[in-house]
Amino acid sequence: MLVLALDTATPTLVAGLADRSEHGAPEVLAERAVPSGNRHAELLTPAITSVLDDAGLTMGDLDAVVTGLGPGPFTGLRVGIVTAAALGDARGLPVIGVCSLDAIGSGVRTVVTDARRKEVYWAAYDADGVRTGGPGVLRPEELRRSGRIVGDPAFAARLGAEVVPAEVTTAGLLRAAEPQLADPSSAGPLLPLYLRRPDATPPAAIKAVSQA
Amino acid sequence: MAERAAGEALVLGFETSCDETGVGLVRGRTLLADALATSMAEHERFGGVVPEIASRAHLEAMVPTVHRALADAGATIDDVDAVAVTSGPGLTGALLVGVAAAKAYALALGKPLYGVNHLAAHVAVDELQHGPLAEPSIALLVSGGHSSLLLVPDLAQEVQSLGRTVDDAAGEAFDKVARVLGLPFPGGPPIDRAARDGDRSAIGFPRGLTGPRDAPYDFSFSGLKTAVARWIEARERAGEPVPVADVAASFQEAVADVLTAKAVRACRDHGVDHLVLGGGVAANSRLRALAEERCAQAGIVLRVPSPKLCTDNGAMVAALGSRLVTAGVAPSAPDLGADSSLPIDVVSR
Ligand SMILES: [Zn+2]
Repeated sequence: MLVLALDTATPTLVAGLADRSEHGAPEVLAERAVPSGNRHAELLTPAITSVLDDAGLTMGDLDAVVTGLGPGPFTGLRVGIVTAAALGDARGLPVIGVCSLDAIGSGVRTVVTDARRKEVYWAAYDADGVRTGGPGVLRPEELRRSGRIVGDPAFAARLGAEVVPAEVTTAGLLRAAEPQLADPSSAGPLLPLYLRRPDATPPAAIKAVSQA
Repeated sequence: MAERAAGEALVLGFETSCDETGVGLVRGRTLLADALATSMAEHERFGGVVPEIASRAHLEAMVPTVHRALADAGATIDDVDAVAVTSGPGLTGALLVGVAAAKAYALALGKPLYGVNHLAAHVAVDELQHGPLAEPSIALLVSGGHSSLLLVPDLAQEVQSLGRTVDDAAGEAFDKVARVLGLPFPGGPPIDRAARDGDRSAIGFPRGLTGPRDAPYDFSFSGLKTAVARWIEARERAGEPVPVADVAASFQEAVADVLTAKAVRACRDHGVDHLVLGGGVAANSRLRALAEERCAQAGIVLRVPSPKLCTDNGAMVAALGSRLVTAGVAPSAPDLGADSSLPIDVVSR
């Protein structure tokens, strides 16, 4: 089963191709991790073309699409999700969404990524990789967790702990999606993990127009 | 199945520059589908479009709106020959949902992608109703997001900006005046309705940038909006009732007067005898009537798309895409993105 995996929840966009078998770990055939900052929309489809070329495959060979649902900065996050949704729709493929933090690191760990506004997105996992806390968003100082922390090392000082650098990977996305890949009919809707309400303030005063 | 005229491409168009998720299908100059989802109601209590709310709604609506367009056209996604998308100007986060979706559909289908200018698409949509555009034409585009006068020598390749608003868009002025009059958002339709029973010469509201030394084709609506608010405040302070119909009619007259006078002048100055209206404010009944009257006097042929095609929609993007395909314009590069302030002289990129 040939799977295209995408994620745009962090400043590094990920596009990968993996061959999933019923038994054993999926084999990653090609992967691009592009430090794209806020240029996910520009660079994602070229990255998909590149991994297909690298593997000598075409869109027609795909059997499923996996995409990270965040949490992550909203504008970039939506690029990956809508790309996955559109590819799946155009080719009639199942599209499986997973929590992007599930695809960072492995084993017992707490994952932190940049949520901007001086906050982090976080989630915690046990030895089997099962999520035991989060996903959430908070100030690093509020995240009081013992044990190994992986993700964005820029937050080490504010966490008061070492952060082992780790990013979203194709293998991680496949691992997180495994239950739904085994049974695509169990895949839920592609709902982004925003974790924050939209910034929107109603106009303060109805008569503000003459000062506006 | 959609009827297939020999040689004409079926173009799928995406529009997400503001709060409307539009997906249109056009073959040649034939409109096959114009599916629309809107998040307007979610913005109402904020008195204006909230970008993040609009972007979230675009993502949710995208695939279902594509399905509706295909069903309306009796087509399948594999019938599509080319994909077009609004690449700017507009709200960045909103634009990017459409751009990413369009890029993915084009990639999945192995078809060319055209990133197009939203304003040029407002002009192109008229070809679906009134046939080939006379070139050159002058275009007056007025909505909540833009107020522009364009010279269009060749819609596929060359569009020039003659003038634009220096402050608020005309549609914004309608929204703000509606708010002070206690009318709902968006302000265009309720002001138009209220104005029907009013006297448009009751109050002489100011006409911005119409002095002899002002830029002949630029617009300003901020002063007008403030004048209306001050006039109402003065009435209320004096304990007198506000004549809503007269205020609405007089305000609407001031907007329509300036817009049409400048559009007709642009036609005259450039020796152009065709004027195209577009944008949501082009649905305003007084603007249409005054434009008809003044164009008739000046010997100008006026073309106004139906109200549904004047507001933002996917058909207009598909219409411009179709025009680009026919003209043999090169498709966009694979690293196409969004440009919130895409200049009008870039018709496609
Ligand atoms: Zn528009």
